Formats: sequence, C-alpha cells, structure tokens
Amino acid sequence: MLSLIIILPMVAMAQKQDRPKGRLSGNFNMEAWYYLKDSVIGTNVPPEKTLMNGYANFRYDYGNFTAGMRFEGYLNTLQGFEKGYDGTGIPYRFLSYKNEELEFTVGNFYEQFGNGLVLRAWEDKNLGYDNAFEGIHVKYNPYKGVYFKGLYGKQRVFFDLGEGIVRGFDGEININQLFDTLKYAKTRFIIGGSIVSKYQKDENVQYNLPENVASFAGRFNFQHGMFSLKGEYAHKVNDPSADNGMIYKDGDALLVNSTWSKGSFGAMLSGKWVDNMSFRSDYQAVDKNLLINYLPAVTQNHTYALTAMYPYATQLTGEAGAQGEFYYRIKRKTALGGKYGTLITLNYSRVHDIERNREGLENDTLGYKDKFLAISDDLLYDDFNLKIERKFSRKLKGTFIGQYVSYNKQFIEGKGGIVYAKAGVLDLSYRIKRRHSIRLEQQLLMTEQDRGDWYSVMLEYTISPHWFFSIMDQYNYGNDHKDLRVHYYTLSMGYNKGGNRVQLNFGKQREGIVCVGGVCRQVPSAYGAYVTLTSTF
Amino acid sequence: MRTTFILTLVCLTMGLSAQNIPSADVKKLSGQVVNTSNFSNDGKPIVISFWATWCKPCVKELNAYNDYYMDWKDETGVRIVAISTDDTRSSGRVAPYVNARGWQFDVFLDENGDFKRAMNVANVPHTFLLNGDGEIIWQHTSYVDGDEEELYDKLLELTEK
Repeated sequence: MLSLIIILPMVAMAQKQDRPKGRLSGNFNMEAWYYLKDSVIGTNVPPEKTLMNGYANFRYDYGNFTAGMRFEGYLNTLQGFEKGYDGTGIPYRFLSYKNEELEFTVGNFYEQFGNGLVLRAWEDKNLGYDNAFEGIHVKYNPYKGVYFKGLYGKQRVFFDLGEGIVRGFDGEININQLFDTLKYAKTRFIIGGSIVSKYQKDENVQYNLPENVASFAGRFNFQHGMFSLKGEYAHKVNDPSADNGMIYKDGDALLVNSTWSKGSFGAMLSGKWVDNMSFRSDYQAVDKNLLINYLPAVTQNHTYALTAMYPYATQLTGEAGAQGEFYYRIKRKTALGGKYGTLITLNYSRVHDIERNREGLENDTLGYKDKFLAISDDLLYDDFNLKIERKFSRKLKGTFIGQYVSYNKQFIEGKGGIVYAKAGVLDLSYRIKRRHSIRLEQQLLMTEQDRGDWYSVMLEYTISPHWFFSIMDQYNYGNDHKDLRVHYYTLSMGYNKGGNRVQLNFGKQREGIVCVGGVCRQVPSAYGAYVTLTSTF
Repeated sequence: MRTTFILTLVCLTMGLSAQNIPSADVKKLSGQVVNTSNFSNDGKPIVISFWATWCKPCVKELNAYNDYYMDWKDETGVRIVAISTDDTRSSGRVAPYVNARGWQFDVFLDENGDFKRAMNVANVPHTFLLNGDGEIIWQHTSYVDGDEEELYDKLLELTEK
C-alpha cells in the first residue's frame, strides 16, 4: 500500500507534459492541553500533565487515481475522549480509481446509504467518532440517473478492526435523469433501496446467536416545485446485542421529512419512529463503537452554549419524535422589517419513548411486543424556541433567542430527573471601522433543577482577516451549593492566515455534553491552557 | 514505520502541482447526485464555501457574500457554491433555510462529508477561491466581520491579471 503511494508521484514525474498533473493536498490538526488543578469544580490533572490529540491527512490526486492516508497520534488522549485511542498509527489509508462509470476504493473508506438508517460510516474528530470501513468499495453508474454502490468491510475501533464483516448494497434511480422527457419537469422523483448484512461468528456459550444479521431499507424523494416530501423505512432481523439486552425481536425505523417554501416563507416538518435499531458489527460493542447505522435525532442542534446546555442524544433502542420549523422574512424597508429586513425562525421538537408491551414476555427471548408507530406517554425531550435575526444598520446586527426546554435527564443520562429550563440569548455585533468589529454575546439560563441558573457573557474583538481576541465568563450563579457558584472563564486569541490557524486559550471548561449530528460526547470539567493548530494545504 | 512515513511524504511532495477540483458526489437540494469534478464556471473564478445550518459564523459569512454577490458577479464573473455539511439530522432543513435567507447562490448537500474530506476541510466555515482552471488560489478558515473584503480583493487580483 505505502509503496504504491511512493511510486505514484514518481510515475507522475516521468510522464510527459500533456498527461494529467498530480496534486498533493492535505491538512494538519492538533489540540494540546496543559491541565491545572481546581478542587472546587473537581478537575483532574493527569499524571502526564499535558495531553495531545493530533492528526494529518495527505491526499494525492493523479488523473483518475487518488491515494490518501491519515496519521493519528493521541499522546495521550485528551480528557473527554476515549482512552482507547492512546497511541499512534495510520488507521486510514486508501487507493481509488474512478472513470465515467465506475469507481473503486481499496483500503479505508466512508459511506452512507440513504439517510444512514442501515449504513453510515463517518468520522468527526471533535467527537472522537470514526467507524470507517477497511475493505473494498465500489460505485457504479451504468446509465444516467442509475447509481449502485457496494461494499465489503470490517470497521475501525480505535486502532483496531472490529470482528464482524459488513456487506452492503445500495441502488438509487433518479426518474427525471433517466428519462430525457422528464429532465426539466417540475415534479421530480427519486427512489432507492439498500441491503446491509453483518457476519459475526457465534462463540457465545449461553445464547444461540444469529451469525448473519440482515437489514433492509427503502426510500423515496418527491419534489414538486418548492414542495418536497421524502421518507425512508428500515427493517432489521433478530440481532441480540448488549444494547437491547440480548433480545431477538426485529427492529424497525421510519423517517419522514417535508419542506415547503414560498417567497419569504419556509416550513419544515419531520418525524421519526425507531424501535430496536441499534446495529453494530460486534454484538458486544457499546458507546460509539462499531455502529453500522446512524439514527439522526429530530431535534435542533443549538449553536449557543446555554441553549445547548441540554442537548438530546438519539436513543438507539427506541424513540418517537417530531420537529417543526417555520421561517418568515419580514420584508426590508417596512415598519416591522426595518431597512434590511428581519428573519424570524420558530422551532419546536418533541421526543417520546415508544410504547412497549412486556406482559407475559418477561422471560421471553423477544423481550416485548409493540405496535408500529405506537408512542408512550414518557416525554424524553421537548424544545420550543424563537429566534429573531436583524440587521439594524450597516454597522449593527443582532440575534435574539428565547427557548423553553424539557430534558429527561433521568432517562437519557440515567440520573437527575426531568429538567425544565428557560433560556435567552442576546447577541450583538458592531463594526467599529473597516476590518475592526466587536461582538457582545449574553446568555441566561434559568432552571430549578440540575445545577440551577447560569449567566454567560462574551466579548469578542476581531481584526479581519487575521486576528481575534475574546473573553468569556459562564457564571453558575444559581447553583444550590454556594461553593459551586463558580465563574467558568476563558481567555482566547487566534491568528489566521490562508489555510493556517493558531488559537491559544486559558480558562475553565464546564462539564457538559458536546453534540454534532446525533452523536454526543461527555466533556469533563477542566482547567488549564490549551492550544489548537490547524492547517490546510 | 516512521522512515516509510517520511519517505512517503518526501515523494508525495515531489509530485506537487495543481489539478482540477477533486471528485466527490454531493447532492442538489432536489436530491440529485452531482459530481464535484463537474463544477465549472466557463473559465471564470469559483468560490467554494463549506458551511452548516448550526454554524453561526458560516451563516454570517454567507449572508455577507449574498449582499455583494450580484456586484461581484458583474465585476468578476464569479460563481459562489455553498456546500452544506449538515448530515441527515439537519440536511432536511437546508432548503427552506436557504430560501428564507434569500441566498442567490447554488447550495449542495455533502451529508457524509465526502467532498469536505476531498478538500481537506477540518472545520467549518472554510472558504476556497479557485481560478478558472480549478486551482486553489486562496483559502480562509473561520469568519469574522469584514473577511469578505479580503475575498473581494483576491477576486479582483485574479480577474485583473
């Protein structure tokens, strides 16, 4: 593999001028902490004192060929990431070839079928998530509008591969591309389907486990002008695992999304129902390890720290949720809209547990029975928020948010009852002069439960295009325990040039959850100085 | 191991030179698959900006580009392409989100980060300026108020050559 990467550019150099030129590109990323002790917020200083996560990607494109690799080093793994990463290695390397119809990759690759309900391999370094495949991947586009994908692979877990083998096939037909007469039609239609199966040898002495577990999914995407409706249904056969308590019940998932836009108005409605759909290439795997599929949360991903204080994480074993979002842009140069117009966004999402009937099945291998789309009364999450964005003048811009959230901490984190919280954001930015701006961000969160009330303030000064300086304080003024009414302050500065960025920070980090997509990471409280470096070339 | 790694890097660097936009499959908002190596603008510059609905500075940046887009287009012929890195959790809201903001440029979905990886983007926002041959002329990570002026300067430099 590596020797091939070495040979490629040499071949490239030997070619004549009219041949395609090669291109090397990549990126580099590292974050290093120096930890300090703070007994009040309970930070731990690791024996190493300083920890670092870093990686670099290198990619070489030459005509139809691409080769790439990623070196990763965790010396040792930063607090808040899984210690399994400790060490260094090259867990990602691949070679691929592509022409008009066919593309194949050998080595490591990522892939998503449909919405990911039966298969999604992806990575997010901020979450410490990476379930890349190692194996063979083929994409085939035999005719316009017809797409096939197939793969065989094992999945990454830290610097190893999981035991199970995953086989997958996906097909998609775009009706409007397929038939020339429909090419410019207002109504557009796409259908698709996937089959994914995993194999794991049964070596369990207690259970008779299915060695091959299959899952199927079908999807459609309908569009008429500015209206769209799409949906996907997935089914999985018996798959006893650590997630579902070793039950043999089948799993189902349904995901529906609809949008409509007209003029200055836009709306989105989505819903989902999931039962027993955790799907991993090792039945004993837990946490974020060896997941084959992805079940997106139907709740909003908040940007501001306090509105994101209680984020929702998908419950793999079952949940039912819905989300509605409405946009309205008040026209510019009107009394309400002001000189530049005003944008109003309203979002509501709610998640419940599903209804399960365990009567008479206490010792049965099926675990429970349920009706498709049946919802229980147990509320897991509820979030209503209103956002107003307005540009007041060429210099002054503002964002205002009001939020009401109910978070079933007991169910999601296993402790803490239900938390009811109200939050507000006032974010103003002002352009002092050309290239110099100042931003003041204030947030308030009020709750009787958990750690009580919070106030957060941040002041940021930026000089475009290179510099930024900020000072932030999150104050837990409403904590029931007086000695825990702590200021979590952070001082940061950063410098940017081209593809390079350096950022220095010093301060305290509050314990919490960081979420991207539907996956979350628990961040411990920490105190210290840290530096982040990123570069793209 | 380390020697092989360094040797690889040295050899890779020897082959360094420019080529067209890397290939990855992204989707139009209608769901249609489009390969990024087909992005073109008749030999005029292209701006590719990676963003997400949950990324506040990204949206600020694209709002700023939208304010100037028509003027920049008249002056330099530039085409702006916005690549949403929202995954299926939030990619469903991209169409009404974009429409309500009145953005005039093309928006594509990169739900599993294939194009993001091909362009070596680590975090959003990340913006590239490509010349008519698809070579990266300038890039910028993060966004603060006023950064659009640097892009505009680079655009003028490129078209006045």
